[in-house]
Amino acid sequence: MTHLAAASSIHVTLGEVAAALALVAIAAIASRAWHAELEEDIGIAVFRSLVQLTAIGYVITLIFDQDSAVLVLALITVMVVFGAFTARNRAKCVPNAFWPLLIALAVAAAATLGLVIALGIFPATPRYLVPVGGMVIGNSMTSAAVALNRLGEDVHDQSRTIEATLALGATSSQAVTPLVQRSLRSGMITLVDSTKTTGLIFFPGTMVGMLLAGANPTDAVRLQLILLYVLLGAASIAALMAITLARRNFFTSAHQLREPPEP
Amino acid sequence: MLFELEDVSYARSGKLVLRDLGARLPVGASSVVGPSGSGKSTLLRLLNRLADPDSGTVVYEGKDVRERDPLALRREVCLVPQLPALIEGTVHDNVAYGPRLAGHSFDARSCLELAGLDPAFEDRDSAKLSVGEQQRVMLARALALEPRVLLLDEPTSALDQTARDAVEATLQGLRARTAISTVVVTHDMEQARRLADYVVRIENGRASAQGPIGEVLDQEVEPAIATAEDAT
Repeated sequence: MTHLAAASSIHVTLGEVAAALALVAIAAIASRAWHAELEEDIGIAVFRSLVQLTAIGYVITLIFDQDSAVLVLALITVMVVFGAFTARNRAKCVPNAFWPLLIALAVAAAATLGLVIALGIFPATPRYLVPVGGMVIGNSMTSAAVALNRLGEDVHDQSRTIEATLALGATSSQAVTPLVQRSLRSGMITLVDSTKTTGLIFFPGTMVGMLLAGANPTDAVRLQLILLYVLLGAASIAALMAITLARRNFFTSAHQLREPPEP
Repeated sequence: MLFELEDVSYARSGKLVLRDLGARLPVGASSVVGPSGSGKSTLLRLLNRLADPDSGTVVYEGKDVRERDPLALRREVCLVPQLPALIEGTVHDNVAYGPRLAGHSFDARSCLELAGLDPAFEDRDSAKLSVGEQQRVMLARALALEPRVLLLDEPTSALDQTARDAVEATLQGLRARTAISTVVVTHDMEQARRLADYVVRIENGRASAQGPIGEVLDQEVEPAIATAEDAT
């Protein structure tokens, strides 16, 4: 991947960004017309995306200019911690979900970034590590949160079956094995399906961005494939690790459900 | 003595379910009786460490259950819950579940027969059984572990009269054919009479009476008879 720097020739003005808001206005009008009550959420989403992306744009510019590995590591650490907090809020049924999620996201980010650097796919520079790290952590967070949320709901709904198997001498791990399989599938299926349909039903963001910026289509496709494969691996690692670590939190060390079914 | 409970207290969601409860359950057929919400099912779960008391001790054959390996204890003191909760698969898959975990050999057909089911049920889909049949598969999969004690939580509460009679006959058959001790939780005093020799009565989380079943249940009838005679 030697000539990706060519993909930086496009210039976007603030006026052009503002013009794109016309489509947001259509969404807001549709929401009001159908009483979907999404206008406020749409407004908040527009405002937050503006503030957050502008801020991160300045931070990325600073990091690129400094070319410092420490700053890259600090930014990725912040993303992992915020990702774990966000995912924890989605997986409310899971006791003490923060630490399993933090470890899962950190391992997924470290493993995938480490691998692509070790294989020479990307050079270890901020220009590659920051955007790829952001994508890896974001997708890992979604997969881990969905998987854990499903696991928490299933443990709650099936507490009678779980306790009945514990009563036959099953360990806590054995008692939740069928639930773990379903939860992992839930966490992965969206990404697997989108990978299956990529290029047919939709063009993924990186490829679109590169094509808009004037890159060679072959380079755009190859980079997109690398990212799809990296994301698939990262999301699997994150979901599997989060479930493996968090499933213990439903039980005591004596293989008892912390929240047993109502008698 | 099979089980001895001393000063046992247990709270659930901040509400005290058992309060300084003391009770003894001998080898053989025992029953724990009392009204709904009195703590009977909770007591049963303490006997094989599906839960631990907040204070007090539960002793099984002279040794505190907390000093025992919970998995080995549950294979020896096996609980059949109030509502059927079978795993997906065939009846055979369910009967095989416990022995496979423990690395025991087992004979699914004889377990089914002992639980009052035709051995031909072995290949049936467990999801397609009636509640009464499921309850007996629950019993069969517990028997497959060759337990020394069976804990039965309201074993007939979800069943109609016919199925109830069949399950009771099965339990009476077990008493006659095996050396397994049983502890049956029930709110039905007459069922306790039919299935047990010894009874512990629980009210508001405390043991209000215990002893041979005739003595305890007759004591409760006597004041009622006396009151009726006074009225005449």
